[in-house]
Amino acid sequence: MALDEIKIGGLGASRRRVEDNRFIRGKGNYIDDIVLPGMLHMEILRSPLAHARIRSIDASAAWAIPGVRMVLTGEMLAARNLAWMPTLSYDTQAVLATDKVRFQGQEVACVVADDPYIAKDGCEAIVVDYEPLPPIVNPTQAKAPDAPLIRDDKTGQDSNVVFDWEVGDREGTDRAFAEADVVSTIEMHYPRSHPSPIEACGSIADFNRATSKLTVYMTTQAPHIIRAAVALVAELPEHMIRIVSPDLGGGFGNKVPVYPGYVVSILASILLERPVKWIEDKSGNLISTGFGRDIYLKGEMALRNDGRILGVRMHTDSDHGAFFSDAQPSKFKVGLMHSAFSCYDIGAAHLTAQGVYTNKAPGGVAYRCSFRVTEAMFFQERMVQAAASDLGMDQAEFRRINLVRDDDFPHRTPWGFLTDSGQYGKCLDLGLEAIGYEDFLRQKEEARRRGRLLGIGISTMTEPLGAGNSREYDILGIKMFDSAELKVHMTGKALLRTGAKTQGQGHETTWAQIVAHELGIPAEDVLVEEGDTDTAPFGMGTYASRSTPVAGAAVAMVSRKIRAKARRIAAHLLEVSEEDIEWELGRFSVRGAPDRGVTIQECAIAAYSNMPDGMEPGLENNAYYDPPNLTWPFACYIATVEVDPETGVWDVLRVVAVDDCGVRINPMIVEGQIMGGLTEAYAMANMQFITFDEDGNCIGSNYMDYLLPTAWETPGFELHEVVTPCPHHPIGAKGIGECATVGGPAAFVNAVIDAIGDAGVRNIDMPLLPDRVHEAITAGHDVSGAPPVKTEP
Amino acid sequence: MSTLFEEVPASFGDDVPVRRVTLTVNGEQRAANVEPRLLLAHLLRNGFRLTGTHTGCDTTNCGACTVLYDGVPVKSCTMFAVQADGHDIGTVEGLATASELHPIQEGFKDEHGLQCGFCTPGMMLAAKALLDENPNPSEDEIRWALSGNLCRCTGYQNIVKAVMWAADKLGGAADDSDDGSADGAGSDAGEEG
Ligand code: FES
Ligand code: FES
Repeated sequence: MALDEIKIGGLGASRRRVEDNRFIRGKGNYIDDIVLPGMLHMEILRSPLAHARIRSIDASAAWAIPGVRMVLTGEMLAARNLAWMPTLSYDTQAVLATDKVRFQGQEVACVVADDPYIAKDGCEAIVVDYEPLPPIVNPTQAKAPDAPLIRDDKTGQDSNVVFDWEVGDREGTDRAFAEADVVSTIEMHYPRSHPSPIEACGSIADFNRATSKLTVYMTTQAPHIIRAAVALVAELPEHMIRIVSPDLGGGFGNKVPVYPGYVVSILASILLERPVKWIEDKSGNLISTGFGRDIYLKGEMALRNDGRILGVRMHTDSDHGAFFSDAQPSKFKVGLMHSAFSCYDIGAAHLTAQGVYTNKAPGGVAYRCSFRVTEAMFFQERMVQAAASDLGMDQAEFRRINLVRDDDFPHRTPWGFLTDSGQYGKCLDLGLEAIGYEDFLRQKEEARRRGRLLGIGISTMTEPLGAGNSREYDILGIKMFDSAELKVHMTGKALLRTGAKTQGQGHETTWAQIVAHELGIPAEDVLVEEGDTDTAPFGMGTYASRSTPVAGAAVAMVSRKIRAKARRIAAHLLEVSEEDIEWELGRFSVRGAPDRGVTIQECAIAAYSNMPDGMEPGLENNAYYDPPNLTWPFACYIATVEVDPETGVWDVLRVVAVDDCGVRINPMIVEGQIMGGLTEAYAMANMQFITFDEDGNCIGSNYMDYLLPTAWETPGFELHEVVTPCPHHPIGAKGIGECATVGGPAAFVNAVIDAIGDAGVRNIDMPLLPDRVHEAITAGHDVSGAPPVKTEP
Repeated sequence: MSTLFEEVPASFGDDVPVRRVTLTVNGEQRAANVEPRLLLAHLLRNGFRLTGTHTGCDTTNCGACTVLYDGVPVKSCTMFAVQADGHDIGTVEGLATASELHPIQEGFKDEHGLQCGFCTPGMMLAAKALLDENPNPSEDEIRWALSGNLCRCTGYQNIVKAVMWAADKLGGAADDSDDGSADGAGSDAGEEG
């Protein structure tokens, strides 16, 4: 009698994706596919200089072009008090520059025209007179005593420092270092990288004069946060704003912040009373929108000769560009950097962090990352490798000695996180077995004798995914929870809406699977909708791998509310008391008389046609879910490489990934997330970075300079799983979307460093470009990738 | 539309030459008046409303705009519409028939060869051109043939599997033993019935 959960597309089914039906036909609805009647087109003129005062802007030639409807400049915005907007991190950001430009690519003017080609012509016709100022491209320059002040717009800002922050136990850590047999130190730079979804950003603002309502179609991962931001910036009442996030061509954190293009398209639509579309081009996207990383580390580990880690000290310098505009939980200035070493049992830890302004685009966004955990885990695993080699210990053995043991949970880290579950040792062993660790070490020795350089890199980590809880996590004071709303119609079909927003993760497929698991309604009978603030319940959106941990939990909880009501209806239909009702998937029956039962669908129709006396009709509800803790997936990534000593080029031989993300809702989709993440990890280790020259010119402003791996370079991946259910998540799931991006890079870098181990090199900054590797091998020293400091001519 | 008043696009002023282009799109004859500088991708997307052809870059790198030009995959963002005059253009909208998906489309869905779907039309057309030429490609041949198309989501492994799936379905005697690393994605046990 019982339903086969896999057959109805429930938990554990590798259900084929619902959204694919439109995508494979070319019928997705991405922002640029949307056309509204009477729509105009907007383009942005950007600054060619990194730091310059604006003497004047002459837009008369642009206004004169037939088809140009409006030219907007900072001055016009300033007259409406819109030249600056608040960021998601309590800073301000220029919408269109007024006083000066602070990074190359900054928005200076916008042209609205009948078609995008004319709008571009308009931008080219604008003449801006700049007075160049000295640019600052890295933290050392920013902190120099005579450094020019980048944010002279802010009263009380008398240096380029954004924040100083500290967490952990300074004295305890000092004591640990005093007791250490060996202190291992390492310095490195995690370079700027851009999330770079293939689709860039865009918006269509449609202000309706008749209703005074503003609708904005917009590439956003967090529509409700954006609605609040628009209400603040445009001073419009929140209920008169509707944000619709259509199909997104990827997000990866790039589509969380509020960008000037969105804001100006809104203003232009209000002024022109016509829909205004802004579609960002790729160079605009790469040069001006949410970068990730760009952070420097000084790391120290206090070690005992037997391999135990006694304490960890970290200092980070983060480069935030000209505006602090990334979304970080307000309590944590460098995000969750202090989640480093959470998988290891370390005695004491202390972190100091400083953030600075530079003449670069606003950066530090969580690029496929839960608030700086990508940097945290990379630093951790690079420090661990250095420590193991300082002790002369085997990489795997050093990790095994220090990993938190299965019976130590819940485990409080010295920085205050509570990890609650995992089988770390088992994951490590599985990974080592899969790669054939001992064998490879032998091969490596043999190869070395013949002049070939083989290397193996391990990266083990747990990371905190799924912010909140709301006690500790908020953005601009808005607590980090999430939501779901479920309407079961009388025919047993259902409509589910959540406050999350899919960008390729497959929510339309997986959320329905949770409903199927909880209620026995076949997944194909559940329509999932997200992204429209007029219909979706309030939620914080999708980033930081928080959807399954938070919104996914809300889906389970709302389903349970529905089930509780359906149970009362079932008792009424079966004429027994509620206590005598039993549940099996999709059906209530009478205890002791299993043949007497009603299906969830029969309860649904009864909710509208035959409910018990006194019961509200209908079968609908919502749930706001505030998680008690973060979820803590664990991963062990192992890569083997061969480095060509002549050229510094390295090839990946094999990649083994062991992921424990708890219960997998849709294993096919989980594996897709892991492979996508591993590819970005490989990209960062191998080729993908954005740097700047000493004048602040962005190197990497298009796909010819900003390299993403193709099918040709990307290695194959071998995936394995361990399942330790999350103890507090309603269905035992943990976040997974970014684990491989977070944990993966160190596996590749550790492998290359291992391969060239004899050269006496501790670090090469990512990406490990052939020239950097070659320099390390031939010169025998570390190679930095930090942007150069200008030396006076 | 009213005949009393029709606003004329300002871009087509007297000094802007307008060219008539006639082309076949997915087997159908289409014609349009275009500015010489109009890109083929924009004619397809904005003129003919075939929005399955995406644009993802401005440097001919991403391949999201890939269409078939007389059967050859080209990047439609890097061709002018006038260059398509008299030619045969195939877009993603032409892959399926009214009742049936193309095996490449089925393969992409079945092997989870897409996530956000933005690269997918271009990937599928590049794959179609490959399979038209080489019905039984190796993993390396697939990876090479798709190396002009970027995907940010999938890591390509499932795309490779999708193309192999399609090759199988189309009747190429695919060599099962040659799966290589494309088979590392674990089992599909638990597939929905
Ligand atoms: S849009 Fe044509 S190659 Fe990127
Ligand atoms: S599926 Fe998103 S870019 Fe390929």
